[in-house]
Amino acid sequence: MSVAPIRSDVAIIGGGIMGCSAAFFLRQRGLSVTLIETDKVGRQASGTNFGNVRRQGRPIFQLPLANRASRIWRSANELLGADVEYLQGGHMRVCFRDRPENVGAMEDYAAKAREEGLDLELLSGNVLRDRFPWLGPDVLAGSYSALDGHANPRLAAPAFARAAARLGARIVEDTKISAASKQGEDFELVAEDGSLFRAPILLVTAGAWAGPIAGWFGEPVPLTPRAPTMTVTEPVPYAIAPSVGVMTPDEIETVYFRQVARGNIVLGGSTRAPSYPDEYRAYVMPQNTLTQLEHIRRLAPGLAPLQIIRVWSGIEGYTDDSLPVMGPSASVPGLFHAFGFSGAGFQVGPGVGETMAELIATGATDIPIAPYSIARFAE
Amino acid sequence: MAERRIIVIGAGPAGVRAAEALVAGGVRPLVIDEGRRDGGQIYRRQPDGFKRDYATLYGTEAARAEAVHQAFDRLRPAIDYEPETLVWNISEGAVWTTSAGEARAVPYDALIVCSGATDRLVPIKGWNRAGCYSLGGAQIALKAQACAIGHRVAFLGTGPLLYLVAHQYAKAGADVAAVLDTSPLRGRMAAAAKLAAQPDLLWTGAKLTFDLWRRGIPVRTGVTLTEIHGDDDDGVSGISVATRGGTIRRFDCDAVGMGWHLRPETQIADLARCRFAFDAPTRQWLPETDADGRTSAERIYLAGDGARILGARCAEVTGELAALAALADLGLADKADRRRELTAQKSRYRRFADGLAQAFPWPHDLAARVADETIVCRCESVTAATLRASIVDSGATETNRAKAFSRVGMGRCQGRYCGNAAAEIVAAARGETVEAAGRLRGQAPVKPIGISTARRNS
Repeated sequence: MSVAPIRSDVAIIGGGIMGCSAAFFLRQRGLSVTLIETDKVGRQASGTNFGNVRRQGRPIFQLPLANRASRIWRSANELLGADVEYLQGGHMRVCFRDRPENVGAMEDYAAKAREEGLDLELLSGNVLRDRFPWLGPDVLAGSYSALDGHANPRLAAPAFARAAARLGARIVEDTKISAASKQGEDFELVAEDGSLFRAPILLVTAGAWAGPIAGWFGEPVPLTPRAPTMTVTEPVPYAIAPSVGVMTPDEIETVYFRQVARGNIVLGGSTRAPSYPDEYRAYVMPQNTLTQLEHIRRLAPGLAPLQIIRVWSGIEGYTDDSLPVMGPSASVPGLFHAFGFSGAGFQVGPGVGETMAELIATGATDIPIAPYSIARFAE
Repeated sequence: MAERRIIVIGAGPAGVRAAEALVAGGVRPLVIDEGRRDGGQIYRRQPDGFKRDYATLYGTEAARAEAVHQAFDRLRPAIDYEPETLVWNISEGAVWTTSAGEARAVPYDALIVCSGATDRLVPIKGWNRAGCYSLGGAQIALKAQACAIGHRVAFLGTGPLLYLVAHQYAKAGADVAAVLDTSPLRGRMAAAAKLAAQPDLLWTGAKLTFDLWRRGIPVRTGVTLTEIHGDDDDGVSGISVATRGGTIRRFDCDAVGMGWHLRPETQIADLARCRFAFDAPTRQWLPETDADGRTSAERIYLAGDGARILGARCAEVTGELAALAALADLGLADKADRRRELTAQKSRYRRFADGLAQAFPWPHDLAARVADETIVCRCESVTAATLRASIVDSGATETNRAKAFSRVGMGRCQGRYCGNAAAEIVAAARGETVEAAGRLRGQAPVKPIGISTARRNS
C-alpha cells in the first residue's frame, strides 16, 4: 500500500526557533513549506533556554547575523501578532576583579563590534556601581549593550510556527522522520507513522538530533547533547532591566540572570549536565543548581534572600568548536542545514530563519556563513 | 555486610509506622521530616507550652494520635531523625535536603516516601482574597496555634474534612457562618454500603453533621459555586453560592475555609521518575504502586496519603507495609504473614475510600466551567480566560503546554493547588477527557529554597 506524499517546495525537519522562523520567512517569500516536528514546536532547546537576546560575546564574524536577528526581535510582536515578551532592557557583560585581563579583552571586543554596528559602553568604578548597584563587589568592569535584552523562549518558536501557519505553512507535529533520501530531484522523507513528505529542498533544523540526519546524506556531524542548568525565583518587584552575564574563560563562573516583567528572576549557567536526546529527557543535577547559586551570589549578592521556585533543563546540541552548522550541504544539492548552535542559538534564531529563507529562495545571502560550513567536519 | 541506609521521608502516621517496622527489622533508619515535630499534619503536635489534652486536639482520633506519638518517642534512640528538613530534590540514588540554609546529599539503599497530602481545590471567583484558606490550613491554625482563620467563617467544599473542620471551629467557639457542600445528599446514600467498611467513622460523620444542625449552623448540600465577596483592603466579606433550586444565597463572613477532599503530594515520586497512572474515580494521576507500595522506580516505596488518599488510619498500615517490603527486597527480613494481614486491612480502607470518593465527588464540572475572570493559578495570577486562550488561540494540546504558554502552575506551588482544576479546564476547552489533558510534570525544588542555600561540607 502506498501513501500519497505531502509535497511542498521546502521540507523542514525540526520545529525549533530556527525551523519555525525559516518556515515563516520562506512563506513570506512565497515558497510552500512543510515543517515536521517530532514533538511540539519549540519544546526542546528553543523553549527551555535562558532567553537571552544578546549580541555581545559572539564571534565578531557572527555579528551581522546577530544584528539581523536583533532587528527582527524588535518588531517581533507586530510581525507575529503575538507577544513574545521581548524586553529591551539592555545586556550587561561583566568581569571579575581576579581576571583584570578581561577588561582589555572587553575593550578590544567593543572596538571590533563597533565596526560591525554594535555599540558597547564600557563601564567601571563609580559609574558602574551607580547604574547597576546590585552588582557584587567582585565585579570589576562591565560592557553594556543598550539595544539587547531578553524574551520568553516558551512563546517565541510557537509564535513563529503559528504565524507561518497563518501564511499557509503546513506545521506537522508529533511526527518523527525516520529516514530521508534524495530520489531524483526530490527529497523523500519517511515518518515513523508511515507518512511521506517530498520536496526539492530540505532544510535540517533538528538541533541536538540533527547530526545523524546530516549523516543520512554522507555528512555526519558529531554533536554532544548537553543540558543547561536553569532556575527561576519567586516574583519580586521589577527592578533589574538588563540581562546580565559574566565574561570568563571558566565555564563554572559563567552565570547569568534576567528579570521578567512579571518579576521572577531567571538564572542560568555555571554548569551543564549530559542530556539524553534518544529519550527526550534532560535532568537538572542538584549539585549543579547549588554551584549556580554560589556563583550568582558572587555576581549579585542582593539576590541571596530570594527563593528559587523551579529548575529545568533542555537538550542542546554542541559542536566541537561551538560554532553552528549553517548553510548548504557540501555535497547534496538542495540540502541545507541550520543546527548545532551550541547553547547560543536563541538570539540569532530569527536571523537564521530569515537568512536560510533568503539563501534557499535566492541562492545567496550577504550574511557571512562560511565559518559555519558543514565541510569542516569532513575528514 | 555494610549497614543498609533506609530513608523515610515524613513523620506522620505512615512514616512513624514505617520507621518502627524498620527498627524491628534490625535497621537504623533516617527519618527526614519537614515538620518541627513528628505527627504529620493529621497528628500534628502542639507547640511547646500549649497544654490542650489529646481529646481536645484530636477528638475521636485521640487514642490513635497518642499511640503514634508514643511509638515515635520510643523509636527516637533507635533512629536518626532530621526534623525541619526539606527533601527538595532526588537524583542518582540520593535525596537532597536543606535545613537551616544548608544543602546536602544523602544516599539511600531504599527510600520510603510518606509525603502526605494537601487539599484539593476548585477555583472560585474571589478565592485569591485575604481570608481564604484551605480546610487543612484552617484546621492547622486551630490545632497548632489555637487560632481561627476569622471571626465568622464559612466552610466550602466537600468530604469528611469539611464537616470535621466546621465542627472543630464551632466547638472551639468560632462563629461558623455556613457549611456549603457541593455534593448532593443522594451520593452519600448510594455510597453507604462502601462507607460501612468503617462503621465508626460513618457514625462519627453522622454525629458531626447532627451537631452542626443542632447548633443552628446552616448546612447546604448540592450547592454550586458563585463568588467570594470582598475587596483588596479588607479581604473576604461574604460568600454566595447557588442552592439546588438555583437560588443565590449569600452568607456574610470574614474568612472561608475550602477543600474538596485531598490530593497526594507526589512531587518526590515524580522527581524519582516513578511511573504515574490515571485514576478514573478520582480523576487524577497517581504514582503506580503494587499492593506493598513498591513503585516503578528501583528501591523507592510510597506509603500513606502521599501514595493514594486512604486516610490516616490506613497510613499506619501502608507505612508498615512499605517498610516490610523494603526489608524483604533488601534481603533483611521477610514477614510474609504480617504483610498479608496488612494487605487485607488495606483493602478494607480502600473500600471505604472508594465510598468517600463516591459520596463526596470532586466537582469536575464546576472546575471546568469556572468563570473566565476567575483566577485559576493564584501563584502566577493566571485567569481561566488566559488558560483557555492558551488552548483555543495558541493551540496548546495538554496541561504542560498550557503551562508553557499561560504560566498556569508555574509559580511557587508548581500547580499543586491549581493543577487538578487546570486539567479540567484544559480538557473542557479541548473537548477531551481529563486523562488526555495529562498532568503537570514536577520540577525541583519540591518546595522553594533560598538562593542563599550553601552546600554543607560532609
